[in-house]
Formats: sequence, C-alpha cells, structure tokens
Amino acid sequence: MLNVTRWNANAVALICVLSLLLCVPSFFSPQTVSRWPFWLPKKQLSLGLDLRGGAHLLLALEVNDVRKDWLDALREDARRRLRESKIGVSAVGIVGNSVQVRVAKVEESEAALKALRQMIQQVGNPILGTSGNDVEIEKGEGGSISIAPTEIGLQQRVGNALASAIETVRRRVDSMGVAETTVVREGKSRILVQVPGIQDTAELKQLIGRTARLSFHEVHESRTVEEAKKSGIPPGYKIYPGDTKKEPDQLLRETPVVRGDELTNAQPSFDQQTSAPIIVFSFNNLGARKFGSFTSKHVGKPFAIVLDDKVISAPEIREPILGGSGQISGSYTTETATQLAIQLRSGALPAKLTIQQESTVGPSLGSDSIEAGKRATIAGFVGVAVFLILGYGLFGLFAIVALVVNLALIIVAMSYIGAALTLPGIAGIVLTMGMSVDANVLINERIRDERRAGKTLFSALDSGFTRAYGTILDTNVTGLLAALILIAFGSGPVRGFGVTLAIGIVASAFTATTVTRYLVSGWLRWWRPTAIPI
Amino acid sequence: MQGFKFKPIEFIPPGTKFHFVSHWRLALVETVVLAIVAVVLLSTWGLNYGVDFRGGTMVEIRTKDGPADIAAIRSKLGALNLGGLQIQQFGGPSEVLIRMEEQPGGDKGQQEAIAKVQRALGENVELRRSEVVGPTVSAELVTSAIWALTLASLGIFLYIWFRFEWQFSVSAIVALLHDVVMTVCLFSILQLEFDLSIVAALLTLIGYAVNDTVVTFDRVRENLRKYKRMSLGELIDLSVNETLSRTIMTAGSVLITLVALFVLGGPVIRGFALAILFGMLVSTYTSMFVAAPLLYVIGVKREWGTDAPVRKAPTRERVTFK
Repeated sequence: MLNVTRWNANAVALICVLSLLLCVPSFFSPQTVSRWPFWLPKKQLSLGLDLRGGAHLLLALEVNDVRKDWLDALREDARRRLRESKIGVSAVGIVGNSVQVRVAKVEESEAALKALRQMIQQVGNPILGTSGNDVEIEKGEGGSISIAPTEIGLQQRVGNALASAIETVRRRVDSMGVAETTVVREGKSRILVQVPGIQDTAELKQLIGRTARLSFHEVHESRTVEEAKKSGIPPGYKIYPGDTKKEPDQLLRETPVVRGDELTNAQPSFDQQTSAPIIVFSFNNLGARKFGSFTSKHVGKPFAIVLDDKVISAPEIREPILGGSGQISGSYTTETATQLAIQLRSGALPAKLTIQQESTVGPSLGSDSIEAGKRATIAGFVGVAVFLILGYGLFGLFAIVALVVNLALIIVAMSYIGAALTLPGIAGIVLTMGMSVDANVLINERIRDERRAGKTLFSALDSGFTRAYGTILDTNVTGLLAALILIAFGSGPVRGFGVTLAIGIVASAFTATTVTRYLVSGWLRWWRPTAIPI
Repeated sequence: MQGFKFKPIEFIPPGTKFHFVSHWRLALVETVVLAIVAVVLLSTWGLNYGVDFRGGTMVEIRTKDGPADIAAIRSKLGALNLGGLQIQQFGGPSEVLIRMEEQPGGDKGQQEAIAKVQRALGENVELRRSEVVGPTVSAELVTSAIWALTLASLGIFLYIWFRFEWQFSVSAIVALLHDVVMTVCLFSILQLEFDLSIVAALLTLIGYAVNDTVVTFDRVRENLRKYKRMSLGELIDLSVNETLSRTIMTAGSVLITLVALFVLGGPVIRGFALAILFGMLVSTYTSMFVAAPLLYVIGVKREWGTDAPVRKAPTRERVTFK
C-alpha cells in the first residue's frame, strides 16, 4: 500500500496542483478575474439565486388544454378524412377523452375505419422501447368508431407543447435584458424560470403571461428602409427591426395581413424538388382566406413574418397560397428551419401556464448569506484543523492537506460542471469538511491499533491503510446514496446541497486515501522515522 | 522529522472497558418509549410545517429604522384579514418572518397579499425574500419527501444487508430511524419550522448517522472472525470500545463544523444546521447504546470466515492473536 509508484505519485500531485490552481478564480470578483491575462484560468463558481438574489418561478403547463386542443384537432381531422373519402356521417363529437364518430350507413364502417386509421402516427423512441401509436382507433357497434388518444401520444403532445412554451417564455424573459437567466424544463410539464437580480415578480409574470404577437405583414413595395429613414416613413407603415443581425430591418405596413392566432401548425420539412430545408405551415379557415387573397395579389414580392415586433423572416411569395397551408423557403439549414418552426408555433403559448411556486431573494439577504457562509466555513475549517492536529499531530497535518485539496476539488468540479453554489450547498461543503476527515480518522486509529498489536513501523502504517479501506468504502457508499436521493428528489437549493454533498464525498474518497497515503509514503522515504508520531 | 516533538492527545485512552450491551433492556425500553412519544407528539402537538409543505406565503422583511416591533406589526397585519398569520423574529432584531396561509384568488391573491403587507408596514421596510407555494406543488413536495426518506432508509438497509448480514441491517436501520424520529420530535416539541431543508437534513442524517454504526459493525464482524470463543456480549462490547476513539474523533470534527454552521451560518440555515447537529449527536449515542445492544439481542450467526474451523485448531488460534 505504501509502495507508491513514481507515476502514480506524479499523477496525484498533478491533480492536487491543478485543482488548487483552478479554484483560485472563484475567490476573486468577476471584475478582477476579467482583467487577468488570457492564459490564467477564469472559470468561477456560479452562485445560486438564494445567494445572489433574484426571482424564481415554477410554471405548470395546463395538460388539459393540450388534451382539449388535440381532441379538437382530431375531430376536425376525422371529419375532413371522411369527407374526402365521401363517407357520410351522422355524428362526430368529443365524448370524454375520445372522439366518437358514427357513420350514416353501417356498411360503410369498414371503409371509414380504413380512412381514419391513416391518422395514426408512430410516436416515441423505438430504441428505448417507448414507441407506440399516438391514437387508438376502434370500431364499436352499429357503425360507431372511437378515436382515443393514447397516454404515449398525449405525452408527446405535452412534450411538444412544453418545448414551444419554453421557447416562448425564453424569448419573453430575454427581452428583459437580464443576463444569465434560466428557462428550463422541469419534470414532464413544468418550466423553471430563474432571473437573477430582480425583486418584483409582477413585471416578470406579466411578461410571461402575455400573448405573443405573431403576424404576417406586407412589405412596402418600393421604398427601402434607408430611403424611408431619409425621406420619411409613409403613413400606415413602420420600420420593424430584424430579429438577428443577419435579418435586415424592413419597412412594413403596420396592420398585419394575418395574425399568428390564425396559424394552426408549423413544421420543419424538406422541399420535394431541391430537398432544401423549409418550413410548412397552415392557417385556420379565416386565416387561409385572408392569406390566399393577399398572396394572389403579391406573387413575386416578399412578405414579412414578425414576432413580438421583430422581423424573423421575409420570404418571397412564389405562388398564391390558397389552401391555407404554405411553405417558407429560403437559405435555411435543418437547424434554423426547426428553430423558425418552433418560433412560429410558439408565437402564442400552446396552453395556459399557471404559476405553482415563486420565490424571491433580495440582494441584502443574499450577501448576508454569503458572509455568514464564509464565516461558518472558515470557523469550521480552523476548528477541524486544530482538533486534528491535537489528536494526530503530524498525521493530522497530512489530513488537513488532504482536506484543502478536497475543498479545492469541490470548487473546481462545481465551477466546471456549472453547478451553482447555494446556501445549503455551503452547508454541504462545511459538513463535508467534518465528515471527510473520517477516512483519515479511520486510517489513523487503525495504525494505532496495529502498532499496539506490536507491528513494526512500516507494517503498522501499511496495514493501517489497507485495513481501513473496507470501512471507508462502506461509510462513503451510505453517504453517497443519501446525496443521490437528494439530487433525485430535491429541487432548487436542496438539489444544490445534494450535488455539493455528492461531489464532496467522491472528492474526499479520493483525497483522504491517495493524498494522505502519498504524504505518509514520502515522509517515510525522506525522514526515515523510527516511531509513528500518533 | 527533528524538532517535531509534539505529542498528540489520545482523547480516548486505549483499552477502555465500558459496558454497552449489558444495558440492552434499557436501550430497548428507551427506543419503544421514544416511538410511543413520537406517535403521541406528532398526532397531538404536530409539526410546524413551512410554506413548502403547507402551501401559502412567506415573507421576510427588515425594518430600516431600528429594531422591529413585533406586536405593532402583528396588530397592523391582523387588521388586513389575511387569515392565519405567523410573525416571528428571524435572525437580527430588525428582521421579521411573516407567514400567511394560502389566500383565496389563486396566484393573484398571493401577490395582492404581499403587496398589502408591504403597504401596511409602510416605507421603512425592506423585503428580504418571499416565497409562494401553490397547493399542487406543496402536495407533491410532501409525497416526494416521504418517498425520498423511505427510499434512502431502504437503500441503506439493503446495502448493509449486502455487506453484512440481516441482523446487522435490522439493528442499523432501527438505530437510524431512532435518530430521525428523535430529530423530528425535537422539531415538534420546539415547534421549529419544518420545511424542505429539514427533510434534506434528515436525508443527510440517514446517510451519515449510519456511519458510526457501520464502523462499529465492521469491527464486530472482524472480531467475530478473530475471537471465535468469546461470548457475543463481550465481543460486541470489545468492538464498541475499540472503535470508541474513532467515534469520538469523527463525531468531534463533525460537531465542530456543525456548531460553526449553526452559530455563524445565518438564520436561513439555522434550522437545517440544528437538525443535522442534533441528529448527529443522537446518532453517536445510538450507535453505541442502541445499535450494539440490539445486535446482541437479535444475535449473530457465528460462522464468520469458515475457512478456519474453530474446533480443529483452537490452540493455534489463541497463539496467533495473543
């Protein structure tokens, strides 16, 4: 155990030095670090909302809205397919969680079933074994057919709705111009929004709850934006800025041709001739009529798609779009096409969002907590250090070195995986300091036992390390188990605590065994001691 | 290493001979009494649940003009008819924590309540933090907290079973539940706020409190292989005594850090620190006075390490380990 190969020793020494170096930026303010020369490490520990102050909202997507919309769409789809197959129906309606169709002539029910079965789509992931049909279509008695969404189909719809809701919420939150906001999915149907630095959630909530304005506008036929800026904007027109740098500003008629609430779907797709990525979209009846008459008059001219007063695209009208569905082609990649389709869909929120939890932390409390956390950490460290040196002397000092490396490793690991430090996280670090010395305590007590049993210096040390390992493993596994459960079940600061604890346990298992072992081995080699100083 | 003349203190001198197992009746009675007390306490006195579990609103404020007058705040806010109100000092003399039950009118209702509170308290008050938890989330948090605690206990039970034998596992889990229940009882008696962070503390406790027991049991297992003739009671006592120094050293360093956290960590984390601090203190006691005697009562099979049968080579055994 104590015969350490040079290679091993060097690797561990490298890890120690690196972790000590890489944790340095976390002890300085971001302003100071940004002035450092480029070759110095700059990655810092990020702080959780409870330490830096800010607002936190947990929004839930109304799953029933999604279900209702889908049933509506299924009913319309069923009606259309039966009409196209020229099958007469006596009733099509939503009953509970399914669409019920009754064909007029019972003998046509087989044909109706065949037509309706084409609605079925495969969803889910076949590799994970979670694939299946999104709806189940079954024939009942007397020419009745039921179309029932499956659980897996609903999940997929909810997932899509959530993705577009997240996109919408992110756009709106970003428009506040606050840096480092977080908008992420939480569980199956929730969105977590974190905005650092704000106190008043009223504005944030208003912004999120607002209906987005997606609209299709007519582009001014002759005048460019530059001309308009020089010679004045014609009445009824307005300059709309481009959404990105690449998208130029446009001079558009202020009254839109069609509004986004008349859009029923938008999907990324591929052009059948050129196989270039495009976006296909469809309007409802009213939107289709308005868009049809507009596009027939403006073939060859551009129209602009505007989202929240910004031009996201200004494609050219190639041909009149009469059927209510059309396609947007341009220089899109698969990714940008998907992006735009999501933006179009997410123009309006797909379902109602309700606020289920919110919390705010003021900056004064945050900085108080940081101060308190610092004091507790320093006091805890000094206390443990004194205790260890009193109890184990030189070997206590070795344990402290391991502890310092352990702390550095926690900070480095957290800053590089991007885990935010929360107040419970600080508690986790402080607790780890107390707990991680346990491994060294076990080793040192073992060494004492072995020495008392009459072993020689080297073999007492060696078997002290060897025999303590099984126990160290057991104690760490139970701690890690608890930490993992904290991560799995907790949210927000509690999860931050779990993350810190888990990292701390793994790091301490490494440092307490390797670092001290190598220190003891080096001490044996250099000082050639004759007695164990504990 | 010349000049390094410092002699470390052995806080627990080697060769202690305390009796732990002989008090097993007392330990059993104490555990049963604790269980009864816990049931009675929780069903009558109950826990003071935080907004996470109960739903509702919590606001922390700080007065800008000197210490806060709790009585005045209470009368000001009482006039607003916001239903159940809890007002308490929190941390410094000018910091006050206000908790309201869930207001009618959904999310808007909660916001209006916070605004009303701010208006009623006037200009000289700073809003330090607020938290609003809706009924769906609070119900879910309760379920997931119970799940987490159950799963963690079960996981530890299975792990110890896997590493030792079921007798060890049962003793360890009883000791563990003893610590958790004791801590919950403390929160019930003192009516301290029981929120999500306390559940996190209990989970941590489950992971860490079992350590002392595991270390002791590890030594018991080792001694079972070593002293095949020693009576179980003596053997367990010996094992606890042998690991006593480690137990005290580790408990010492953990308690130092926890006291630092409790005293200096600030009011937000004080309950959390207290839960772990108290639980760890109890667990040090439990590992010696509950887990070890319980293991004695349940009994252990003695055929550990059958590679060296007892009867065939008794003399050699004795020589080797003297």
